[in-house]
Amino acid sequence: MHRIRRVGVILFVGGTLAGAAAAATSGTNLALVAYSTPKSAYSQLIPAFQKTAAGKDVTFSQSYGGSGTQSQLVLRGLKADVAMFSLYPDMQRLVKPGIIAANWNKDKYHGMVTDSVVAFSVRPGNPKHIKSWNDLTKPGVEVITPNPFTSGGARWNVMAAYGAQLKAGKSSKQGYDYLVKLFKNVSVQDKSARESLNTFASGKGDVLIGYENEAIFAKKNGVQLQYIVPSSTILIENPLAAAKSAPSQAKAFVKWLKTPAAQKIWAENGYRPVVPSVLKHAKFSKPAKLFKIGYVGGWNVVSKKWFDRQNGLMLKVEQQAQGG
Amino acid sequence: MPSRYLLRFSALGYLAMLLLIPLGMVFYRAFEHGFSAAWDAVTSPDAVHALWLTLLVTLIAVPLNTVFGITCSLLIVRGHLRGKGILNALVDLPLALSPIVVGLSLLILYGRGGWLGPWLNDHGIQVVFALPGLVLATVFVSLPFVVREVVPVLREIGTEQEQAASTLGASAVQIFRRVTLPAIRWGVVYGIVLTTARCLGEFGAVSVVSGNIEGKTETMTLYVENQYQGFNTSGAYAASVVLALLSVVTLVAMTLFRRKEEI
Amino acid sequence: MVTGYLSVIVLLPLAALVWEAHKGGLSGFWKTITAPEAVAAIELTLVVSVVVALINAIAGTAIAWVLVRDKFAGKSFVNTLIDLPFALPTIVAGLTLLALYGPVSPVGINVAFTRISVVMALLFVTLPFVVRTVQPVLTELDREMEQAAASLGANRFAIFRRVVFPNLLPAILSGVALAFARAVGEFGSVVLISGNLPFKTEVASVYIFSQVESDDPGGAAAVSVLLLVISFIALLAIGAVRRYATRHDAE
Repeated sequence: MHRIRRVGVILFVGGTLAGAAAAATSGTNLALVAYSTPKSAYSQLIPAFQKTAAGKDVTFSQSYGGSGTQSQLVLRGLKADVAMFSLYPDMQRLVKPGIIAANWNKDKYHGMVTDSVVAFSVRPGNPKHIKSWNDLTKPGVEVITPNPFTSGGARWNVMAAYGAQLKAGKSSKQGYDYLVKLFKNVSVQDKSARESLNTFASGKGDVLIGYENEAIFAKKNGVQLQYIVPSSTILIENPLAAAKSAPSQAKAFVKWLKTPAAQKIWAENGYRPVVPSVLKHAKFSKPAKLFKIGYVGGWNVVSKKWFDRQNGLMLKVEQQAQGG
Repeated sequence: MPSRYLLRFSALGYLAMLLLIPLGMVFYRAFEHGFSAAWDAVTSPDAVHALWLTLLVTLIAVPLNTVFGITCSLLIVRGHLRGKGILNALVDLPLALSPIVVGLSLLILYGRGGWLGPWLNDHGIQVVFALPGLVLATVFVSLPFVVREVVPVLREIGTEQEQAASTLGASAVQIFRRVTLPAIRWGVVYGIVLTTARCLGEFGAVSVVSGNIEGKTETMTLYVENQYQGFNTSGAYAASVVLALLSVVTLVAMTLFRRKEEI
Repeated sequence: MVTGYLSVIVLLPLAALVWEAHKGGLSGFWKTITAPEAVAAIELTLVVSVVVALINAIAGTAIAWVLVRDKFAGKSFVNTLIDLPFALPTIVAGLTLLALYGPVSPVGINVAFTRISVVMALLFVTLPFVVRTVQPVLTELDREMEQAAASLGANRFAIFRRVVFPNLLPAILSGVALAFARAVGEFGSVVLISGNLPFKTEVASVYIFSQVESDDPGGAAAVSVLLLVISFIALLAIGAVRRYATRHDAE
């Protein structure tokens, strides 16, 4: 009798403890959907967040891919409590269906969480002596960039190239012609920025146009390259927002990612912080002719004019460049 | 006869260049950095989950398509319905479809804003970007194999035995279990092996419907691609070796059972 | 039960696909499929698939011949190997071809990111089709006719052309049809190695994929439907040729 009772007590206590443990570990799960490059940054940011009071008992599921792709998937029902994309349109597109609140970009950073610039990655020693945009259109130079219709990074690349021409005093027609010349030299177009980095790292191409933060990431991972920030380039601004229907921890996470502590981690991963105090202490170059997307018309105009899937100018560029 | 040797060496050379050497490459690259590195890559939580997910999807898809396959074959060969030709063509359709198209059609049907999207949303059911979507995609692409293997066997064996059993008083179920099924069993087994191989290796369709959710909707094939993208080439190759080994097992099973089927 | 299963698994998604393709009306459909990039992708896919089918017709028959008529050590191993493309996931195939015949090729062959790489990847995945359809026919072939022809003084080439080949043709055509259909839709093995360059090395399935992943599921659906129709027509045509070739068998 006693033994049975003792077993019973043990089971009861054990069960309660197990139940309590289960309850303790059944916190909130946040679905993070992001573009292709921040994965390694989040591998440090998420644990850091989980150490804060707001991040206790928060677990994450993560999905990464081309910015346009990911945005499309969210439209199609991919659950996203926290979304980070490469560029503003990919976030803005989620407002109309009611996934993201319309005021997502009304904080002091206009909804952005990190910055970067478009940079050139070249082989060690820069054998083809690539310094500026004009070097990319020289004959025999193989350029790698992703496909602008699936990759956000590629859109930044195109606008950086175009804007640099305008900055140099060229007309918009000349800017267009430059893009045709540039894409004549493009030998591979991957789906996302990360994939194009892979292609470059696997030995293909002389120069990779891409995010500065990707070049830094690659170097950290032992890829043999050096990167150059051209004097005329665009400031890449990456939007971040919590979904309307997301738990409160999502908004807390978004807020935390813009705190100096988090911004330091972003900087360590090669991203330019949006918080000025952190940016000051990080060691990033200052391109002489840095411009923003507003210089070429702003994303609302640019998306339609250049990257519309039926009528965008970029389609014509591709066609002319590849001799289609 | 020199032409015989020429033919032999051309054929074997072609096969070596196209099949054998690339297969060897997978193993070489996987173990390039040592066995423990490869082992670590393959036993990471994401890798283990990917393998488990792949096996789970396969374990669901294969029985479904087997039951369907046998039933459908009986219908095609023995059934008395009009439009048998259409049925036959429909079953073969997944072979001709690009897996991307399969994935796309599922997205359109079950995604938010799709035909069933709102209804699914209202009932809190997640199809795409979750396990059901993966299963549906895999079932779609691996549909034809059992049918295609069983139909010729059914045609060949004819109905005499079953008619004999029927005149002896056996019920339909008994006839099926004791006459039909044993007669077609090697066709069924071979079909199951082919279906399994297809399920394990599915990439395009699941690529579209998976949503890239790491550790959740990442099958083994998607894991291979993601590892490659993440600069973890040895991880990609290690996972490929696992898939390649599964393939080899399937291959051996194919060979064994094909011979039995042809007897 | 069967029709219910088929409907849910196959018909319903396809219906949704076709509907989506026609959402823009017939003019929208036409506009999408005549977009230059789409045309280029479809053209490339068809050309490459035809090339691959033809190569397979020759190589597959030769391999089947060697496997049936020839004798050498390790023949059963080679026979087993033929099924490898059926068993190996396409993404793995693509990865290994990239490793072997790409920028870091150990044998110095670098065809990655070219049209040749597309052909190569497709040859890999379509290898078994012709071989496996020709083998049984070749095995069953009655050698008496060939021996009779030989005793009448015909040389080996003539024997092949007039005795063996006509008997093999239906099987070859079946295999070619399957190989073609497979090649047209192939994705996993091509996407890594081809570079996916619009107008140069972007095949139809990759184009559809990029349409799905940018803002144009309707466009993707339209091109998918077109591809389906083309495959269907090709299969019907090959089937007709096959029936014509076997018309004497019924006698």
